[in-house]
Amino acid sequence: MNLIKNKNFLALAPFFLLLAAFGTYVGIALATNQTQYLTFDNLIGLLGRSIALGITAIGQTFVILIASIDLSVANLISVAAVLASYIMSGDTTMMVPAVIIVILVGVFVGAVNGLVVTQLEVNPLIATLGMALLLQGVLSALFTNFAGEVPKEFQVLAYGEIGGVSVSLLFLIALTALAWVFLKFTKVGSNIYSVGGNADAAKLAGLRTTRTIVLAHILCSVCATIAGLYLASRLGSGAPWIGRDGVYDLESIAVVVIGGTALSGGRGGVWGTLMGVMIFSLLDSIFNVAGVDAFAKQILRGVIIVAAVAFYAARSRRIEA
Amino acid sequence: MNLLKKINPVFIVLALLIIAIAVLSPHFLQPTGYMNFLKRAAPIVILAIGQLYVINSGGFDLSAGALVTLTVIGSSILLDGDPSATWWVIGVMFAIGIVVGCANALVVSYLKVPSIIATLGMMITLSGIALTWSGGAPRGYLPENFRFFGRFLIKDLPLIKILPVALIVMVVICALLWWLMHRTNYGKQLVAMGDNPYSARLAGVPLVRTRMIAFVVSALTAVMAGILLGGFAGVSTDVGVGLELQAITAAVIGGAQLLGGRGSVGATVAGALVLQAIFTLLNILGFPKPIRDVVQGLILISAVALASYRRRKSGG
Amino acid sequence: MKLSQFTLAAVVLSMTAVSAQAQNFDDPVEFAAQKAMLEATPNGSSDTPWLQHYGTEMADTSAYKKDGQRTICFSNAGVNNPWRVVGWNTMQAEVDLHDNIAEFVVTDAEGSDDKQIADIDDLLAGGSCDVLIVSPNTTAALTPAVERACEKLPVIVFDRGVNTSCPVTFIKPVGGYGFGIQSGQFIADNAPAGSDVLMLRILPGVDVLETRYSAAKRILEEAGMNIVGAEFTDGDRAKTKAIVEDYLQRGGQLGAVWMDAGATSVAAIEAFEDMGFDIPIVTGEDQQDFLQKWQAEGLTTIAPTYPTYQWRTPILAALSILDGEAIPGPAWNLPQPAITNDNLADFVNPAMPPLHYAACGCEGMPNYPERWGGK
Repeated sequence: MNLIKNKNFLALAPFFLLLAAFGTYVGIALATNQTQYLTFDNLIGLLGRSIALGITAIGQTFVILIASIDLSVANLISVAAVLASYIMSGDTTMMVPAVIIVILVGVFVGAVNGLVVTQLEVNPLIATLGMALLLQGVLSALFTNFAGEVPKEFQVLAYGEIGGVSVSLLFLIALTALAWVFLKFTKVGSNIYSVGGNADAAKLAGLRTTRTIVLAHILCSVCATIAGLYLASRLGSGAPWIGRDGVYDLESIAVVVIGGTALSGGRGGVWGTLMGVMIFSLLDSIFNVAGVDAFAKQILRGVIIVAAVAFYAARSRRIEA
Repeated sequence: MNLLKKINPVFIVLALLIIAIAVLSPHFLQPTGYMNFLKRAAPIVILAIGQLYVINSGGFDLSAGALVTLTVIGSSILLDGDPSATWWVIGVMFAIGIVVGCANALVVSYLKVPSIIATLGMMITLSGIALTWSGGAPRGYLPENFRFFGRFLIKDLPLIKILPVALIVMVVICALLWWLMHRTNYGKQLVAMGDNPYSARLAGVPLVRTRMIAFVVSALTAVMAGILLGGFAGVSTDVGVGLELQAITAAVIGGAQLLGGRGSVGATVAGALVLQAIFTLLNILGFPKPIRDVVQGLILISAVALASYRRRKSGG
Repeated sequence: MKLSQFTLAAVVLSMTAVSAQAQNFDDPVEFAAQKAMLEATPNGSSDTPWLQHYGTEMADTSAYKKDGQRTICFSNAGVNNPWRVVGWNTMQAEVDLHDNIAEFVVTDAEGSDDKQIADIDDLLAGGSCDVLIVSPNTTAALTPAVERACEKLPVIVFDRGVNTSCPVTFIKPVGGYGFGIQSGQFIADNAPAGSDVLMLRILPGVDVLETRYSAAKRILEEAGMNIVGAEFTDGDRAKTKAIVEDYLQRGGQLGAVWMDAGATSVAAIEAFEDMGFDIPIVTGEDQQDFLQKWQAEGLTTIAPTYPTYQWRTPILAALSILDGEAIPGPAWNLPQPAITNDNLADFVNPAMPPLHYAACGCEGMPNYPERWGGK
């Protein structure tokens, strides 16, 4: 009985948090008489501000489900954006090759991350932080400025609309749905949950843990490169600092954790992550509408991350490191 | 030969690097060369020892860099160029350090949040506080007597010619923290806790208090590093970025084991100097600054991989 | 050393092919135009330099006339360096001088292109702006957002530019080429030929900064100087000092340090002092700590200015647009004086904080000097 109550509670918690955040947003908008923020366009736009974060966070979900973590995503985003815009150089015929190359880079980086974690048995925090440094160093050594440019056609990804809804938003929702289907209905997907929940038991049960972990890291890195492609589309060009500017590494972890996916692995999912993205987006907008200092947002973010993990971890009895 | 086997390889690596630098850049053998090297290295050495305390307890302190930045910005704003306020402002900064260290420890101990996340959250919070306090741009000014620790050189000495105050500060703190780690009961309890928290608790080690002291030490070293770095260059909003990672790398190079165990203060000092020496060597060889990140990333991964390989081989 | 230089050279060569297609920050025509402007006389009174302008081209704004209370919106790239802090204070003081500004709505992009694009979208969606002032974070990235804004309301761009001529006017001092010419020429005239020169830059991707660099580089190369490096400092003192110390450690004394912005010039000077070298020519800007160090040490140097009084002009331009009065456009070029040994004493003011910029045009404004941190 207790177990069922726990599971339901955890699954619904992010939803209640989202309702609370939304309620606060509406409340403040009404209280300060700024009802222009409550138009349908504006509300849709809320999620639209966080497309890159959303895409990255979907990837991060895979990795956290497997009880690992990926702190190299921010710099990988920069690499993807710069590479894409450099290869495209304004030429529409280079759009498809650029996208393919960039995604392959993502596969490579993810594979390296996964192998370092499984084969060299390096703590995932250190492994991915080391990778982040590597990526940043190589990128900054080769590029100090915006590199190349993205053709106008490619900017459809960021600015295009289908039937009044932005292409990017539809893309994010489609990606989330795809990820959900993968996790829920495929064998590999359920392996991710098993390995994340208890890697040793999974191995004893005959699951190929190494393969699953590496795959999760690859999925995470590929999502990061896709986010980089989106940003290149939005900014018109890629630069070595855009990943760091958006703090995508820490924010994607925060958003995943708020969405109910446990850092210890094995629990949670992508719809929770999407709700986490919305909650963060609402927070951003609440601060804007309330006229609070934009920097104070960051203080709140730090507190929220810790609070969210503490909240969900209150059920564990481990003596943590 | 037996003696060589017993010495931590980090000391040998350090010696080789120093020789390489001296050969490539004879200016290094002048007091202005090696003293400036040590002056630049002092903040990282101090920070690395603080990080070692937390690593030995079985955790990480990712908030150290943000605390360095907060110290520099906070001091600059509070002082606003007024030299008479220096001492109480430094006191305030140390007080903030103690609060941060305690907060980190309490979150880890009572809220059961892994130290990675707890200190990550603290890092974001601290940099948010620094940004809010300063409005995003450097403000205020650090007076000369505050900058004394990080910048002042005692001149006209026999033989060594100049002695940076930062070096004196570094030696004093190293000695203090070495004594605390290796000559007191506390040090033993710390290592025991990092090695195996369950058996440590059974053996009567007060986990919460031990952890708290470790995090407070780390935070205080961050404040001290902030004072030195603020002295070095003045007010800056970027000064602490990435420092906690450099500190972890230094500790790992020195042989500290992540997730608990065995690091020694002496080897950590050598590890920090090795890192600084590698950066210096890269600079002398003409490699652009981003290459340092690449090298640091590679070192970090290989050092940890190597340590974990050795641990597996020895059955630990 | 050879291997690293070779690899870098190969990469740079492969990149120049690409950068030729990217925007041109090294235009000899614009270079010559700004050089001429530096020597020309602006229209208007020199008591109010923020209202002066060069040339006679005006923009017709009669279509935008609106009576009554106005709402002015401002998308700020950020307040993330002391120059912008002074400018922002000055702009707010200007707003205080006018009664007919009902609301002054401001967004702060905190130095992020992505955020500024979202900010501008927010301001447009809000629907209450009569005129939009934009100080773009970087040039190319913000162009689509500004173009979208132009479709809905009159737009003023200032300080940094965008790659479109749709705004009513683009307000700036003479320009980046002019700034680079002033400091580059000083080094060329005062340092022996063949001297080692280190070029320090704060940020990439901003048109007015890129052109400072390209102009100075052109002049220094033509004068036979040996440019040993061009590094980015993020406008950060710690980074600046570390970079200069690294270069000194690697190659010994430098003949000059050219900086595209003066906020960290004192840090560069300290690097020489701490390493025991003489202080060579280190260019700066009108920040008080640099000016005071210059005066105290009797340095040989120059401080071109990018006057912060340009933050007053957009407010005045916005009000003129809404009054239907013609204003200089499509470009409004303000005077850009340089501080030399001759007029240094006019600008030094120990009562103002060290990070204050002297050419702020704020001396007569409400709340001076407290609003700017002075005593």
